[in-house]
Amino acid sequence: MEELTFLKRKATEIRKELITMIYESGTGHTGGSLSNTDILTVLYYKIMNVDSKNPNWEDRDRYVQSKGHSVESYWAVLADKGFFPKEELQTFSKFNSRLIGHPNNKVPGVEMNTGALGHGLSIAVGMALAAKLDNKSYKVYTVMGDGEQAEGSVWEGAMAAAQYKLDNLIAIIDRNRLQITGGTEDVMGLEPLGDKWRSFGWEVVEVDGNDIEQLVTVLSDNPKVSGKPLLIVANTVKGKGISFSENQVGWHHRVPTKEEYELAIKELSEQLEVLV
Amino acid sequence: MNNVALKSSTGNKIANRAVISETLLELGRKDKNILVLTSDSRGSAALVPFGKELPDQIVEVGIAEQNIVGIAAGLAHSGKKPFVASPACFLSMRSIEQIKVDVAYSQTNVKLIGISGGVSYGALGMSHHSLQDIAVTRAIPGLHVMMPADRHESKKMIEALINYPYPVYVRIGRNPVEDSYLSEQYDFEIGKATTMKDGKDITLIATGETVRVALDAAKLLEDMGVHARVLNMHTIKPLDEDAIIKAASETGKIITLEEHSIFGGLGAAVAEVVSQHHPVPMKILGIPDEPAVTGKTAEVFQHYGISAENVSTIAMSILKRG
Repeated sequence: MEELTFLKRKATEIRKELITMIYESGTGHTGGSLSNTDILTVLYYKIMNVDSKNPNWEDRDRYVQSKGHSVESYWAVLADKGFFPKEELQTFSKFNSRLIGHPNNKVPGVEMNTGALGHGLSIAVGMALAAKLDNKSYKVYTVMGDGEQAEGSVWEGAMAAAQYKLDNLIAIIDRNRLQITGGTEDVMGLEPLGDKWRSFGWEVVEVDGNDIEQLVTVLSDNPKVSGKPLLIVANTVKGKGISFSENQVGWHHRVPTKEEYELAIKELSEQLEVLV
Repeated sequence: MNNVALKSSTGNKIANRAVISETLLELGRKDKNILVLTSDSRGSAALVPFGKELPDQIVEVGIAEQNIVGIAAGLAHSGKKPFVASPACFLSMRSIEQIKVDVAYSQTNVKLIGISGGVSYGALGMSHHSLQDIAVTRAIPGLHVMMPADRHESKKMIEALINYPYPVYVRIGRNPVEDSYLSEQYDFEIGKATTMKDGKDITLIATGETVRVALDAAKLLEDMGVHARVLNMHTIKPLDEDAIIKAASETGKIITLEEHSIFGGLGAAVAEVVSQHHPVPMKILGIPDEPAVTGKTAEVFQHYGISAENVSTIAMSILKRG
């Protein structure tokens, strides 16, 4: 099978898995997990050098999920990659499960506990700086939310990454334009977002963050500029892949009813059928 | 019993921060994974010589305390041994969420050195005092909390922390503090109180710069025929519960001294143990629940009764009550 088709199928399977987890556990961040699924799929199945049999391998690429609440797609990816048994996904958000509603480093493959917004970039800066100090070639990736950009600490991290010329650091903003209250521009305007990052000393690229091909291209030949960290504004659709959840603010953390769940699975299965 | 305590003042002029920096430089020369991180605070932390000699091992992040803790967590996760040196008032408050999540919850081996702690910024007022930091940090699971009594203990503590596998918050003051120890020739163990002086009538439990006050108070009491035990509780978490229970059962009365709010600090920690294991009369001496008066440390201590004279008076009154 052609690689792009494989990745598109994988992303759709991850969406089926995550909506099932959310439906069965009765909780979850549906919209954000669906919007970042393609980013995670490209990172884990194409770009990043990680080994589920040796999750703490010294030279692995590092991933820090700064928008910790969109964890369902992350759990589904890690399980599928073999970091832990897939059956464990059924424990998601249940009593004393390690698969909680935020990344948890008791789970193999997860580097750091995240969930408090505005933390991930600084942590990634530390990891990228350590790579530079040790002359290691691994790269550090972090995915932030767009609503998260209102946290001042994001910009502290942005300044430090440029100051230390961390061209081994790639930050991605899941730019789905919605946060829990409403549109990002209504809650606290972010635009011109790319220019803000440029003015902080970053190389900035904008892509369609639900377009597997564009994500593969931009992530395959980064960083484009030596001595600069790379920011990817990944324009995404919140709730992507399930027609009735797309671009709907209410689906930030809504759980599907039985009918909605069945409809979602039907839609995603139809998408899979044509991906051959 | 240990015979480690210095009897009286030597007029020491060397600040704990200077000793800590020298110790880090000494250890940093041998281990390139030892890094210090500063938030425009290398001068305040006495780390200028460190930065000059080991420029690749000092990470400047500017005035950004949230960032400094996040970066330190990322460095520690990648095998580095980061020591963050930043004013205690900002480090323990501005970045407390990063301390909770990125350091304690993620169990990254970050050492947080809160410099210029307590009231050592004296005249700068409540914004620069750190009198709540022990309460806040000791409530965070997985984070250990320590305060050295003097320059000798500062050195021993830093040496012990290099290979200590847990995240730690250490609070030190800005100015030279009178020695409490005779020298560095004593056994320092994290989590074990040092018995600075034995006694059977009452126990004075102190931490940080108040250890010297407790020793001086014990001397006054000795002159009045009262044999006070003095415990230096340099590790506030994990707390040496055995030493506290032993003190309660053997001496029956306890006074705690600290450069911290009377809420949630050493006194509260001791009271939690005493009340649940061996209730005895206690007095918690510290800074009351108000913006602390401004002035030099000695003046502030005097104002709030953290003095040898007042401690001995309180001790006598507790003893009279039986």
